[in-house]
Amino acid sequence: MAYSDKVLDHYENPRNVGAFDKSDPHVGTGMVGAPACGDVMRLQIKVNDQGVIEDARFKTYGCGSAIASSSLLTEWVKGKTLDEAGRIKNTQIAEELALPPVKIHCSVLAEDAIKSAIADYQAKAGAKAAKADAA
Amino acid sequence: MRRPIYLDYSATTPVDPRVAEKMWRYLTPDGEFGNPASRSHQYGWRAEEAVEAARAQVAALINADPREIVWTSGATESDNLALKGAAHFYGKKGRHIVTCKTEHKAVLDTCRQLEREGLEVTYLDPEPNGLLDLRKLEAAIRPDTILVSIMHVNNEIGVIQDIAAIGRLTRARGVIFHSDAAQSAGKAPIDVEAMNVDLLSLSAHKIYGPKGVGALYVRRKPRVRLEAQMHGGGHERGLRSGTLATHQCVGMGEAFRIAQAEMAAESERIRGLRDRLLKGLNDIPEVYVNGDLEHRVAGNLNMSFNFVEGESLIMALKDIAVSSGSACTSASLEPSYVLRALGRADELAHSSIRFTVGRFTTPEEIDYTAQLMRAKVAKLRELSPLWEMHQDGVDLGKVQWAGH
Repeated sequence: MAYSDKVLDHYENPRNVGAFDKSDPHVGTGMVGAPACGDVMRLQIKVNDQGVIEDARFKTYGCGSAIASSSLLTEWVKGKTLDEAGRIKNTQIAEELALPPVKIHCSVLAEDAIKSAIADYQAKAGAKAAKADAA
Repeated sequence: MRRPIYLDYSATTPVDPRVAEKMWRYLTPDGEFGNPASRSHQYGWRAEEAVEAARAQVAALINADPREIVWTSGATESDNLALKGAAHFYGKKGRHIVTCKTEHKAVLDTCRQLEREGLEVTYLDPEPNGLLDLRKLEAAIRPDTILVSIMHVNNEIGVIQDIAAIGRLTRARGVIFHSDAAQSAGKAPIDVEAMNVDLLSLSAHKIYGPKGVGALYVRRKPRVRLEAQMHGGGHERGLRSGTLATHQCVGMGEAFRIAQAEMAAESERIRGLRDRLLKGLNDIPEVYVNGDLEHRVAGNLNMSFNFVEGESLIMALKDIAVSSGSACTSASLEPSYVLRALGRADELAHSSIRFTVGRFTTPEEIDYTAQLMRAKVAKLRELSPLWEMHQDGVDLGKVQWAGH
């Protein structure tokens, strides 16, 4: 299969590979996919008190398109508010990376990953706020 | 070293220069370009002579009579002719076929077609090492079984089935035995007499002959009858009509002649290279060889690199030409059906690479490949959340995955 130059670039030089401490209240973690399906994406965001994503990290088990989709996403979400990041659509990722039809599911997975990371952060923040209220 | 390094000899092989040298003499105006079926002039007679000499060379490699060899376009057509031909001819005698889940698609898909025509097919599970338990095969044979089809060497994992033992079984039960030998001819000894094989599919391009030609061995004593699948001028004793491609037949004959002369020495050399590759990869943590290592053709190494996805690995290996799963199915997202039939977990099937070593592989190429693999597997594992979880002692089998 021929990969686009952008997929190849992200695959060869993946951006923001790594992990944040899951238990950090500023960190939201989204892990989507399953090994049996051939791809697992873990996306983490670090959110400041203004609700802006300051930093992002990923690790992905999957094909080159899955790796590129998650690498690109970490670049895109940095500096965005949670609302803005939550509005990123898989079609934008697919278009940017020129993914062929058989690889669209990789961009869908990336969209799921950011939504899941945001939800995780918000759940944590909600729990913290509830704790603060109770105190 | 030519890059990418070719380690996909089970997909196809280059034509041996000695074979190509013979073939081109049967194409041009200066050569023997005649139609082997032309009986009225020298052009035809010469072409026929060449085709018959090649037929004898193919027969010799498997200890058959040349009259038992039917030319086809390749092993896929041979499998079709064997299975459909026998099923149609013996349809009144019985309606049941036994085969195995790890057969090539040319057999499995033909069986599916026969099921649509009303036959019953039993698909046996192999053992986890890829080999068949003959007791299970014996138990699957029924009074109405007409045919057993079990491949000699598996295309993905290279395991060698005990064809002689299966032949004893089928002969005793009066069942026709077909074997797809596309991956074994020239690599493992074949003797259709000693092995009691009734129908045997052969291919030229897996053993340094040209693509587009193959053969089906059809036993004469006791005679096995087939219904033709290709009708026309009645070539090949009415079993397969169509003008013979003289240069293709000559190429296949020469390839089989060379294989017969050089197989013993070549297998030893290739096994040495394969073992060298295995040694270079085996101490990477979490790697698994797929399929039995002992009952295995010399050139095949199929390994799963756990926590690394196969397609991304192939992408990292652009300097070497290998395949993940089988070449016929790697366009789909399904993991290899052969590895799944062995009971390998999907994630290990997704992480598999098939290396196949051949006539033109060098030790330098093997060492380069091993080195490259080690570096790339390490790099992709750094990217893999599964590897990180494994390092942290997480049991991946117990994780609730958000499957999709």
